[in-house]
Amino acid sequence: MSLAARFRLRASNATGSGAAFARLCLLPLAIVVAAFFVLPMVRLVGVGAGGPKGLAAYAAILIEPRYRATLINTVVLAAVTTIASLLIATIAGLFLQRNRFPGHAFLVAMLTFPLAFPGVVVGFMVILLAGRQGLIGDVSLRLTGSKLVFAYSLGGLFLGYLYFSIPRVILTIMAAVEKLDPRLEEAARSLGAGPWAVHRDVILPALVPAFVASGAIAFATAMGAFGTAFTLATNVDVLPMLIYTEFTLAADLAMAAALSVGLGLVAWAILALARSFAGATVAAAG
Amino acid sequence: MLRRLVFAGQLLFTLLVAAFLIVPAALSMLAGVTVNYFRGIRSGVTLEWMVQVWELYADTIFRSFEVAFATLVLTLIVGVPAAYALHVRGGRLSRLIEEIITLPLAVPGLAIALALLLTYGGFGAFRGSWLFIVAGHVVFTLPFMVRAVMAVFAAIDVKILDESAASLGASPWRRFRDVIAPNAKPGILAGSLMVVTLSLGEFNLTWMLHTPLTKTLPVGLADSYASMRLEIASAYTLIFFIMIIPLLVAMQMLGREKRSAA
Amino acid sequence: MSAGVAVRLEACAKTFSDGTRALEPVTLEIARGETLVFLGPSGCGKTTTLRIIAGLEAPDAGGRVRFDGEDVTNIPIERRNVGMVFQSYALFPNMNVAENIGYGLKIRGVGRTERSARIQELVALTGIAGLERRKIDQLSGGQRQRVALARAVAPRPRVLLLDEPLTALDASLRERLRGELDRLLRSLGITAVYVTHDQAEAMVLGDRIVVMRHGAIAQIGTPREIYFEPVSRFVAEFVGAANIVEGTASDGAVALPGGRIPVQLGVAGKITLMLRPETIAVVVPDAAELHGRVETVTFVGDRQRIVIAGAAARPLLVDAPNTIAAAPGERVGLRIDPTRIRMLPEKNTE
Repeated sequence: MSLAARFRLRASNATGSGAAFARLCLLPLAIVVAAFFVLPMVRLVGVGAGGPKGLAAYAAILIEPRYRATLINTVVLAAVTTIASLLIATIAGLFLQRNRFPGHAFLVAMLTFPLAFPGVVVGFMVILLAGRQGLIGDVSLRLTGSKLVFAYSLGGLFLGYLYFSIPRVILTIMAAVEKLDPRLEEAARSLGAGPWAVHRDVILPALVPAFVASGAIAFATAMGAFGTAFTLATNVDVLPMLIYTEFTLAADLAMAAALSVGLGLVAWAILALARSFAGATVAAAG
Repeated sequence: MLRRLVFAGQLLFTLLVAAFLIVPAALSMLAGVTVNYFRGIRSGVTLEWMVQVWELYADTIFRSFEVAFATLVLTLIVGVPAAYALHVRGGRLSRLIEEIITLPLAVPGLAIALALLLTYGGFGAFRGSWLFIVAGHVVFTLPFMVRAVMAVFAAIDVKILDESAASLGASPWRRFRDVIAPNAKPGILAGSLMVVTLSLGEFNLTWMLHTPLTKTLPVGLADSYASMRLEIASAYTLIFFIMIIPLLVAMQMLGREKRSAA
Repeated sequence: MSAGVAVRLEACAKTFSDGTRALEPVTLEIARGETLVFLGPSGCGKTTTLRIIAGLEAPDAGGRVRFDGEDVTNIPIERRNVGMVFQSYALFPNMNVAENIGYGLKIRGVGRTERSARIQELVALTGIAGLERRKIDQLSGGQRQRVALARAVAPRPRVLLLDEPLTALDASLRERLRGELDRLLRSLGITAVYVTHDQAEAMVLGDRIVVMRHGAIAQIGTPREIYFEPVSRFVAEFVGAANIVEGTASDGAVALPGGRIPVQLGVAGKITLMLRPETIAVVVPDAAELHGRVETVTFVGDRQRIVIAGAAARPLLVDAPNTIAAAPGERVGLRIDPTRIRMLPEKNTE
């Protein structure tokens, strides 16, 4: 059965005129998405394969040492950021959900506001913290006599990535902690389990889907992050920066396109994997 | 005793994390009104930098609002009916459509921008106008609007409302206007806040799509970070914060309201 | 199998942080090996009392909980050595059946072989042989209930606490498991505290029943005492159908619109009578001192429920054998055995 026919058949689940109305409702969406996303993406894949190297451009990301190094950099950075954010967010998230004290709401707000800060602003703040005139530099100068400047190195990049990852992850973790069944913990306690055992045997296993979901988003976001690296203008190459330089400086459209598609595929694959593992829809945080 | 220690330890940890997130932001806001950053707050407080930023970048601020508003209008027109249709029809096709519109979240903004440039770069008038940026923003923020509205539909079981309105004789359009849309208000509100906030702060896409005549605030920010003195860059950042923090507060309050009502 | 401990609650009350007064001061004793059932409508404080005994809630200042005389009020649940079965079973989804059952033993550091043996013992006792390797979500409601029970009992707790364990099951399963639970509790001989809102469950399982209402004890007694000698209208109506008749007694009888009911000699003045439906017999009008008109007849299967109007101020509910032919509108006589009439104490007619 053709796609259109199946569409019609499904639509007839609703009452006769309702089906036509539903189709009408979807029309603007179909037009916008087709014109400004599907079509361009298809074009991108095509351009990626249309350069002098042809389809081999897609393999270049794994073969050519420069590209491969960048890929490894990006993946490692994203992975370390994800793990660190998960750790930090779990400790803070569990604490915040289980304890109420004056200023609690304020603290939660403080931890989730940075969600909306674009990468550029985060990069700027890293410079303020750890740049040549940064706060950390001043403090370290006063304490140890030598100025600590790491904004423009891998450390600064990591700090920036951590900055925008923590709020995302913490929201998802806190939502998951809220949904934990207190009866399970009471049951474990009634069987004699102390706080550490309860965490190890009941709470953390129950949070695994949340870890996977938020970890996947954090990883995909870190892989595709551009603004932070752009502002920090580091010597460390990450994939998005490579794409940018290929496009603007080297004017190598095909390579840029191929790398973009590759990056997109990797990010999408990670999210799809996480979704099939966790089952529920992976909601973008924030 | 041990419990008190554990509590204190966790509190300290959480406070440190919060400090990590807030102190730099506060620092940058402060720098925006300090006469001389290197001499610190002792050098005095001034609004001079903010004034300079306004002279240099006022157009970017206006454009950001323009783009955000246009994006909002478009996502409302496109997204709300679509959310209704997707929810009411359900089934595999709907899920497929949901997947497709959520793809832009997985694909890096850079890739989407590149794709748009390759496809529409030749249409000079369109490519050079601010509408080109709006197109990118709509693609990126649409899933948030659709999802927010669908979440509300699911929570209030809008199918039953739709069916009972139909049993009373209402046409699909009447049902949408009298029953569906009004009940979707909380989702529309949440989605709208989300869309505006995301649009105002969007950089990855916009940087690639912009021209010197169609700069938005985040693009201007990147410019200032590279070429302006620290105080101006900070003042500019401060203006961005002032724009975005009320929206974030509104979203937080909305979220808390929803949780306490549940 | 240890018989468990004697439990004593002394003046245990509970006010929650939002101001709700869940429990008025309660003092009671549970004998070693006894099964005590807390019965009452939702919100009556029965679950709160259970959680205080468990150690999940602390009683308000001044309240004490004792196990065999030992003050355990300040001991948290994980060190109180109680076994608890929750309404929703609270089985650990990340462990299979055997691991769930063995969890309490694992925490106590029991070695693997000994643990295995004990798990096998309990699997046989609760009738779930063959399910040891299953994941929790592959079990039916009845199976989950048994696993929850096995898990609670495995570490040989001093007291077994059950919070409406059968409520989540459908009616026929509930009845079957009720019998099994009764046999199990008796064979274990453990001290058990059972919370339910189901009066039939309470009757079957309880050595004694505590009827609760609005956070306070309405009556404590054996099932027979509660059923035949309720101290208040509330208790009478909660543990079964009850006809409440108010009137004035004189000359050894109470005068009613439909005739008279004989009462004990020497009783005079305003009284409240409780009559269970099964104590009223439907007879020909001439054979009785009380008459009424049949309003409705409901054939239930093993008996008939007949509603009689006009005999007393309010319609009377009568349980009649399923063989009697009574038609709506018919005038009938009602014969009541005076020894089965219960007089509710004056001050407790609420």
